[in-house]
Amino acid sequence: MSAPGLTIAVPRGALLGETLDALDSIGVETAEVRSNDRKLLFEDVGIVTMRPSDVPTYVEAGAADVGITGKDVLAEQAEREVYELLDLGFGPCRMIVATVEGENPMDEALRRLGVMRIATKYFKTANAYFEATGRQAEIVEVKGSVELAPLTGLVEGIVDLTATGTTLRENGLVIREELFASTARLIANPVAHKLKAAAIDDMVERLRARHAASA
Amino acid sequence: MIHPIPSGTRDVLPDEMRELRTITAALQEVFAAEGYGEVWTPTLEYEEVLRRADTGAAPAYRVFDDHGEVLALRSDMTVPIARLVATRYAAAEPPLRFHYTAHAYRAVRPHRGQMREFLQSGIELVGVPAPAGTAEVLRVMCRALDAAGLRGYRIGLGDASLYPALLAGLGIGEEATARLLGELVTRDFVGLERAVHDLDLDAASAELLVRVPQLRGGAEVLDAAGPAGEAVGGLRGLLDQLDGAVAERVIFDLGLSRGLGYYTGAVFDVLDPALGAPIGGGGRYDDLLGRFGRPLPAVGFALGVDRLHLALTGEEARS
Repeated sequence: MSAPGLTIAVPRGALLGETLDALDSIGVETAEVRSNDRKLLFEDVGIVTMRPSDVPTYVEAGAADVGITGKDVLAEQAEREVYELLDLGFGPCRMIVATVEGENPMDEALRRLGVMRIATKYFKTANAYFEATGRQAEIVEVKGSVELAPLTGLVEGIVDLTATGTTLRENGLVIREELFASTARLIANPVAHKLKAAAIDDMVERLRARHAASA
Repeated sequence: MIHPIPSGTRDVLPDEMRELRTITAALQEVFAAEGYGEVWTPTLEYEEVLRRADTGAAPAYRVFDDHGEVLALRSDMTVPIARLVATRYAAAEPPLRFHYTAHAYRAVRPHRGQMREFLQSGIELVGVPAPAGTAEVLRVMCRALDAAGLRGYRIGLGDASLYPALLAGLGIGEEATARLLGELVTRDFVGLERAVHDLDLDAASAELLVRVPQLRGGAEVLDAAGPAGEAVGGLRGLLDQLDGAVAERVIFDLGLSRGLGYYTGAVFDVLDPALGAPIGGGGRYDDLLGRFGRPLPAVGFALGVDRLHLALTGEEARS
C-alpha cells in the first residue's frame, strides 16, 4: 500500500516508536525511518522527522500537511493555527506541579512573600495555570533537568511533564497538583484540511479504528 | 545606524512595492468595473464607535487624543464602512457598493503573511440579501483573483449560523453552546468530541454534533448534514446562483467559523495549495449595520495583499 499522498511531520524522541507503529498499521512505509536515525527527510514516503515541539510550526506553515505531537506541546503553543483531529491514545503522561517532600514550600512562599517561583520548560502553560488559579507566580524558564531547580533553592516548585514519576521520586520530589493529562494527537494544516480532505479523513478514520481496536 | 521599527510592522522597498502595486491595481480594476466605488476612512476611529460592532475582539492599539477621547486603530475595514454607511448614506437608496485597499491592525503573533499592520483589499455590498448578494460578491472575488493571476485557489464555503442552529435544534443550553463553539473556533475536534460526550445526549445527536462540523467536500456534504436545516438550505440556494466557474472552486466546509463575531450567514475563506493559511475571506453580516442605526443586509470580503503576493510567488515557484 502506498503513502496517503500527505506530508507527515513525525516527532523524534519518546513518541517516535509508537508513531511509526501507527503509521505502519495504516500502510505508510516506515522501515527506512526506523533504520536511519540521522536522516530527517524521507520524501518517498512523505515523512519528515523533527523535535515534537517543532511539529506545530511545520504544520501551521503548511511545510507538512499533518503531524503527530503531544497535547503538552499543543497546550504550550495554543496560538498555532492548526486543527487538532484525533487523540491517538499513546504516549500518556501528565502535566503536574511538584515540590520537594514534606511541607509544601509553595504555600509558605505565597503566605510570607506573596509570590512563588516556579521552574518549567512550559512557560505559557505554567503562567496560564497559576493565573487561572489566582496565585502569583514568577515563572523561571529552564531548558533542561527541571528537577534540579527546587533542589538547589532556585524555585519552590516546578511544572513539568511526567509519565511514570520515576525521575521525580529519584530526586525526592512529590506531585502536588495535576494540570491535565496528555497523549499524542494528530494535527492538520487548516488549508490542507480542506484541499486534501479525503486523504486526511481516510487517515483519521483508519487511525481511529486502530485506536478503538487496541482500547 | 540601525533604528528599530515596531514588532509586526515592516518597510516595503521598490522591488516588492512594484509587485504589490501590480496586484492591488488588478484587484481594484475589477472592483471598479463591477460598479464598486473606492472609499477611504480614517485609520483612527473613536474606540466607542468600533466597539458598537460587538465583534468580541477589542481593538489592539489605542491612543488618547488631546481631549482625552480614546481612539483606536481599526482592526478591519468592514466596521468603519458600516459606520460610514449609517452616517454618510443614512437616506441613500440601497444597494451600495464599496471597495477599499487599506491597512488594518491586530495584535497577532507576527509571522509569515500575518503582520500586525497589514494591507487588505476588498469590497462590501450593502442592501442585497442572500443568496443574490453573496453570489455577486463571490463572483467579483473570483474575477479579482483571476485578474491578479492566481490559479489554483479554492473557496472554502460554510455558514456561521449552521452549528449554532444545530445546537439550538437539539436544545443545548447557553453555557454548553459557548463551550462547543469555543472548541470549533480553536479548531480542536478532540476537545469538541469530549465536550459533546459530556452533554450525555442520545447517540444519534452526539454523532451529528461531532460529524457535521468535520464535513468538507462537494454538494454531497449538504445531504450528509441531515437536520442542520435552514443554514444548509441557504448554502444550497447559494450554490444554485453561482456561475459554473465559481461553483467549481467551492469546497463546502460545514465547520468553517471565522473568528470575527459579526457574521450571520454564509462565510468563506480563500485557500491556495501554495500557502499554508487562507489568503482572505468574508461573509454575510446582516445584523452589523443595524447596530449603527441603518439595518440593511450586507456581505463582503477582504483579501490579504501580502498573503496573495506570497501565494502568487509560491504558485510561480511550483510551475
